[in-house]
Formats: sequence, structure tokens, C-alpha cells
Amino acid sequence: MKLHKQDIIKALQGILPENAVLFEAEDLHPYECDGLSAYRRLPMVVALPDSVEQVQQILGFCYQNDIAVVARGAGTGLSGGALPDEQGVLLSLAKFNQVLEVDSEARQARVQPGVRNLAISQAVNKHGLYYAPDPSSQIACTIGGNVAENSGGVHCLKYGLTVHNIQQLKIVTIEGELLTIGGSGLDSAGYDLLALMTGSEGMLGVIVEVTVKLLPIPERAQVMLAAFDDVVKAGAAVGNIIAAGIIPAGLEMMDKLAIRAAEDFVHAGYPVDAQAILLCELDGSNSEVSEHILKVRAILQNSGATEVRTAKTDEERLTFWKGRKAAFPAVGRISPDYYCMDGTIPRKRLPEVLKNIADLSEEYGLAVANVFHAGDGNLHPLILYDANKPGELERTEEFGGKILELCVAVGGTITGEHGVGIEKINQMCVQFESAELIQFHAVKNAFDVKGLLNPGKAVPTLHRCAEFGAMHVHHGELRFPDLERF
Amino acid sequence: MTDNDISKDLQQQVAQALSSRTALNIQAGNSKQFYGRAASGDVLDVSTHRGVINYEPTELVITARAGTPLKELEQLLADNNQMFGFEPPAFGDSATIGGTVACNFSGPRRAFAGSARDFVLGSTIINGKAEQLHFGGEVMKNVAGYDVSRLMCGALGTLGVLLEVSIKVLPRPETELTLVQELDTNASLAKVHELARQSLPVSATCFDGHRLHIRLSGAEAGVAAARKLLGGDTLPANDNFWHKLKEQQLEFFKSGGDLWRLSLASNGPNLGLNGKTLYEWNGAQRWLIGDDRADVIRDRAARHGGHATCFRSQHDTEQVFHPLDGGLLAIHRQLKRAFDPEAIFNPGRMYAEI
Ligand SMILES: Cc1cc2nc3c(=O)[nH]c(=O)nc-3n(C[C@H](O)[C@H](O)[C@H](O)COP(=O)(O)OP(=O)(O)OC[C@H]3O[C@@H](n4cnc5c(N)ncnc54)[C@H](O)[C@@H]3O)c2cc1C
Repeated sequence: MKLHKQDIIKALQGILPENAVLFEAEDLHPYECDGLSAYRRLPMVVALPDSVEQVQQILGFCYQNDIAVVARGAGTGLSGGALPDEQGVLLSLAKFNQVLEVDSEARQARVQPGVRNLAISQAVNKHGLYYAPDPSSQIACTIGGNVAENSGGVHCLKYGLTVHNIQQLKIVTIEGELLTIGGSGLDSAGYDLLALMTGSEGMLGVIVEVTVKLLPIPERAQVMLAAFDDVVKAGAAVGNIIAAGIIPAGLEMMDKLAIRAAEDFVHAGYPVDAQAILLCELDGSNSEVSEHILKVRAILQNSGATEVRTAKTDEERLTFWKGRKAAFPAVGRISPDYYCMDGTIPRKRLPEVLKNIADLSEEYGLAVANVFHAGDGNLHPLILYDANKPGELERTEEFGGKILELCVAVGGTITGEHGVGIEKINQMCVQFESAELIQFHAVKNAFDVKGLLNPGKAVPTLHRCAEFGAMHVHHGELRFPDLERF
Repeated sequence: MTDNDISKDLQQQVAQALSSRTALNIQAGNSKQFYGRAASGDVLDVSTHRGVINYEPTELVITARAGTPLKELEQLLADNNQMFGFEPPAFGDSATIGGTVACNFSGPRRAFAGSARDFVLGSTIINGKAEQLHFGGEVMKNVAGYDVSRLMCGALGTLGVLLEVSIKVLPRPETELTLVQELDTNASLAKVHELARQSLPVSATCFDGHRLHIRLSGAEAGVAAARKLLGGDTLPANDNFWHKLKEQQLEFFKSGGDLWRLSLASNGPNLGLNGKTLYEWNGAQRWLIGDDRADVIRDRAARHGGHATCFRSQHDTEQVFHPLDGGLLAIHRQLKRAFDPEAIFNPGRMYAEI
């Protein structure tokens, strides 16, 4: 028999201190959405544990009583992954905010899941080390959320995503069991559960501890800014740098609208007349960086850059980056609302994808600012809209959906780093066949047979796909018929 | 390069095995037969499923059929001035890319660039329901769905038949050289840890009991500067030390006895085990040839958060891989069932229970 809300609250209060269980509407509001604020709903109750034992007890209780559980870090996710379940417990990991141990010799840090991404680098800075993945949200987002989303950052071209930079997790299963996944070394026995957990969006277990790998702070980092009068040329320049055998630490691109918004916001000195800019960061030992700068400068010039600047001081380097890192909020200033997309494509398809996005933008009458992790083909088109105009959000979502389907059509994916969550659940039906979705559900069952962890997220039911397909495919017509299929 | 697609055929064989509940022993080059528990079942031969499906150097990715010989792929990459970043050991000319990924075998560069699993971007598999499934892709970043492709790495074929894999590749370093110094164990390990905390172009380290080898790779100027800083003798370019190391052809590997692979924190202590030890990956991978009992070796490794694999043995070993404790074993069983409900793929090759 299903428990009533009052019984659930009471049970949680038996596990947690009184102020760590929230259930009044006003206390629940801060948890109603994550960074994707278009979707909102209140959880039944919020639990704020501060020990692993408490998490085990809460999950054990929810398992016994068939209560849904949604884990939440900082709530900066952009796909509605931490969107609460109205009939469930929202499990906030916010109180797990301690760096537990730093082993500077082995270059590892053991941290609690609620530690903010940037706080790790700050805590180990005195050892000359840092944690490489650096999402733009790094001042706020938590390492637990990073693992759950397999987050990336501007430096993941060279240093990899979260999955490449962690080596052990402690998780609590929905049954309340504590498991250690990974180990002190670079691999562990059995299946690679560490990879499976990374990016699993809170569907398989609750992460209660993360051991991250640390890297030495490079002796030198230098950033170059190149301006282009044509986005296609900028895209080609990216390929030319890679073809020369150089893997920059970061290689980012912004289009005209994004450049202007960022410039107005942070005054980074960006060339506002350019159609596109590339930011290329090179790091490593002093001599290596010197050598690569000369090469990259020549490549950029040969690729048709109208201007190439090299940051002369570390201050200037940070200013160059500031505009890029603030691109989302900058766009937020020029439009009442914006919707951030996250597809990845093979880099060489960039020109045609950009052209298609521009065409769609015209068709929908909605402007788009483009920000890319260009080095690895991860696009963040930001659709500008006004939620107060009736129907505009729906149009935006439809437009966004088309961009994602476009990414799939050119051999890419619907999400590079923000996750599926609730937002891209329909597009999962476009990217995967039924048998593949069934396989995903089987994986989920291996961990959570009752389907209590983050229900309704990440993997659509076949039923949902059938509905989506029915309303979506018109007369069996293929979308983007002019594109070569994969 | 041979181009031959037998995926339909393989799928049919799996379907047949499924209907008759016959176990399948997935085999390609058969170069890694020595690894893992004894294989059983009818051979499912993947070796003729060959060819490169897509390779675009500027996209830094190659997609190939699982039976494609590793050697051919490495040659193709070299022709384009690229390489597999995980420097896979082959253990024989017949080694294939599928087998390499299934074993997650990674060589000297692993601690500095990543393992096979780190470079795998996507895969096509046949699961235990005889369905062809595709996960991941050819792009660098992809978080749509669970990371099944990486789960296949090191699963020894127990979760599915690999048909195709997409792997991120890297440019070859402009220049490379190896420095050698005579040092004892403690001094060697202290040295590699000191180096690991600086931004130096180190791409491999190995201490063989007498000498510390350090490989530098990268831009000319960076390598030259690091060489000056580190000192020591430079190995002749044709020495092939790292190749012999990864293929286990160094003197160290030639003595008899079981060969154990220990994986633990790079600064994990000396485990005080009998025999001789060779250290790679800054100390995170240790090869041990000695005569301690398996449970003693495992216990010592586990005590420091690591694990021990009986990598090569003269006799059939019941337990090759580190035993899994209760909760983890349960998840393994359930995952096995999720991919291979009738347990037809390589049963018992990894653990008796899966
Ligand atoms: C301005 C802005 C910029 C951004 N830039 C980037 C970027 O550059 N790169 C990038 O990758 N992302 C970026 N993001 C997205 C977001 O910051 C990341 O996805 C981040 O990892 C989410 O962390 P969080 O702590 O906020 O997680 P939440 O939003 O709280 O949760 C995200 C998901 O993880 C699950 N989860 C959280 N904690 C746990 C846990 N302990 N155990 C199990 N599951 C858990 C939740 O259930 C949910 O499904 C950006 C977001 C914003 C708002």
C-alpha cells in the first residue's frame, strides 16, 4: 500500500534532523526546477542528508515503499535532469560539501559529491595541481552533478570529459547498499561500472563520494584570438589546426551575435565586426607552447583570419576567456529568455549545419546565437525567445528539436554534455532504435528494478516514442532530405 | 586492406546459438587466448569481419570492423601521422581491434594519455538476443544514453559480440626520445612522482628493477628542454624498449612463474611480495613474477585499494581476475542478464558466475 505524504515526512524525520526535511510549499520552491526553467514542478518532500548512512537509510526506505527519488546537486543542469517528481523525494546532496582527502603525490582528491567543481581546483592549487574538466558553470555546479552528466568544459578537447578524470566512486543503490566502483589505481576488476555510472543522470544510483584525478598546472597557457569574416573559414581553421597535429587545450568558436552579446556584457575587447571568432588555448611547458604558438598563428592566418591576437599577459588571457565563459548570461541580457541546445556533430559538417540552423532561424522567426566547443564539434546554439509571448516557448522547443535531429542526421548526437533529462527525451527516439532503447531499460533494471531513481528521465519508453513518432513524421517524409544520411 | 562485412552472418549464428542454447566462444585473432579463464563453447569466428568503415584524419576518429588486424590499423594511422593514444599491446600478429577493446589492453602511454576505454567513442554490437545495436558514435562528446560502448571495454566479450568500434586517435608526437638512469626502486618512484607534478612531456615511465626509463614525446623544443632538465643517457632511437615492454618481450618477462598484474595507486607502497617487480605507469601498473599464493597477492593489492590479475599462468587458474564482493557481483550478474539473458557469450571467461 502506498504511504501518505505525512507518513513519508515522518519517516524521513526519523532519519534526518528536523530542519533537514522540507515539505512546506515555500520551502520546496527553490527545488522546483534546474537550469532548464521552462519545466517546473514541486517535489513532495526535500531531504537534505549529510551522511552516507542517512542516504542509505533514505534510499532503503524509499525502496521498501516504492517512492521515487531524484538526486540533486546544484541544480545547474540544463536538461531538466534534477526536475523533481511530484510524488517523490528530492534528495539534495548540497550538504556533502567537503574535500575529504588530497593526495598530491598520487594526484588524486577524494571529495564529497556536493563539492563545487571550481572548489576542487581551488583546494589543490597550493600543490600546483588542478581538476581539468571546467564547465562554464564551474563556480556553482557540483562534482556529483558533473559525474551524473559526464560534464565537459572548454578544456576537454585535450584533457577529456569527466569520465576521463575520475577514478573511484562510492554510490548508494536504490536498495540502500553502499558500493565502491573503481579503485585507487587506473582500472578495477570486472565491468567498467565507472564508465557506466558517468553520465547516467542519477538513474542508476546516488553518488556519495568521488575520487578525481588531478593534473599539474601547466607551466604556461597562452590563448590566441582569431577573427574571421566568414564562419565557414573559421570552421576550416579548426580542422587545419588538428590536421597539423596540434591538440589545443581549448578551441572555442563564437558567431557574430554571441560575440556582440559577450562584448557588451564583459568588454573583453572582442572584434564586434567579425562573423566568427576562434579562441585557441595552448598549454604545456614553456618551450612547447612557444613552438606551437608560432605554428597555430601561421595556420590561422593561412586559413583566412582577418586578425590574430595573442594574449600578452595572464590577465589578458583571462579576459579573452571571460567573454566565452560568460556567453550564456551575456545572451540572457539581450533577450528575455534563451534556450540552450547541445548537439555534437562531426566537425567537417559544421558549415552545412550552421547554414541549416540559420535557415530554421528564419523559418521560425527566432534569432540564434552560436557558441561552440569547436575542437570537438559540440554546438551550443542559443535560441532567443520570449516566454511571455504566447506560443513562443513551444515554437522554440520545436525549433530546438529540429536542430537536434539535424545533428543526428549528419552523424552526430542530440547531446554532447548537458544530458537528455526530460528535455531531449523525444529526440532519443530519433537517435536510437527500439531495441537499443530496450537495452538501455535493461541496464537500468540491473540497478533499479523498480524504476524509482529519477523516473521518466534520460530514456524514453517505447510508448512515448510511438506517440512522438506518430505526431512527428509527416507522410513518412524524412527531415532534411538534402543531407547525406548516416 | 580487406573489406568484408559478415555481420548478418554473425547475427544469424548468434540467433542459432540462442535457439539451441549453445555457448559461443567469441574469437578473432586468437592472440589473447592466454588471458582470462578458460574459454568454452562453439567458436564464433569474427576474424573475417574486417575493414575500415570510416577514417577521417582531421576528425581524429577511426571506425573499423572488429576483426580488422590491429597491425593494419596502426599502419594506416601511421601513414597519416596518427596513432592509437593508448598504445595497445598486441601479443601477436593476429591481434584485432575488437579483441584489443574487449580486453581493454593499454600500453606504456596509458597513464599519460588514457586507456582503450578512454578512447572508445562508439560501438556496434550483437547482444544476447541476437540484435544488432549501435551505441555512442564518432563524435568526441556524446551523453545520449548509457555509455554502453565503454562498458564493452574489458568485458571480454561476455556482454556481446563487438562488430564495429569507433576510436578516437591522436596525432603522432613530433619527436620522441627515451632517457635512462640507474636508480633503485624508491628513488625511481620518487622521481616519477616528482615529474608527474610538473608540466613535462613525459609519455611513459618504466622501472625494471635496475634502471628507470622515461620517454619524452611532443614538440621538438619541449622535448629538448625536458631532456636537458632531466639528464641521463638517451637510448638509441632503434632500441625498441617500449615496444618490447608492451609486448612483454623484455628479459624481465622471460623468467618462469605466474605473471601477475597489479593495479593500484601510483604511490601505493611496496607490497612486500616475493619475487621481482617491474613498475610502469608511474607505479600504477606493476608486473610481478613470484611465488606467493594468489590470495596473499590479492589481499595485499586490495588493502591499498587496488586489484590483482593473474595475467599469464602455466596452469589453468580458477580465479584470474580479482574476486568481486557481494554487491558488485550482484550488479555484474544483473548486467550480464541484461545483455545476454541466456548466457551464451563467453560464459565463465571472466568470472565463473558470468
Ligand atoms: C550557465 C551554465 C553553463 C553551463 N556550462 C556547462 C558546460 O560548459 N559544460 C557542461 O557539461 N555543462 C554545463 N552546464 C550544465 C550543468 O552545469 C552541468 O550539467 C552540471 O554538471 C550539473 O551539475 P549540478 O550539480 O548542478 O547537477 P544538477 O543539475 O543538480 O543535477 C544534474 C543531474 O545529475 C543528477 N545528480 C546530481 N547529483 C547527483 C548525485 N550525487 N548522484 C546521482 N545523481 C546526481 C541529477 O539527478 C540530475 O539528473 C552549464 C549550466 C549553466 C547553467
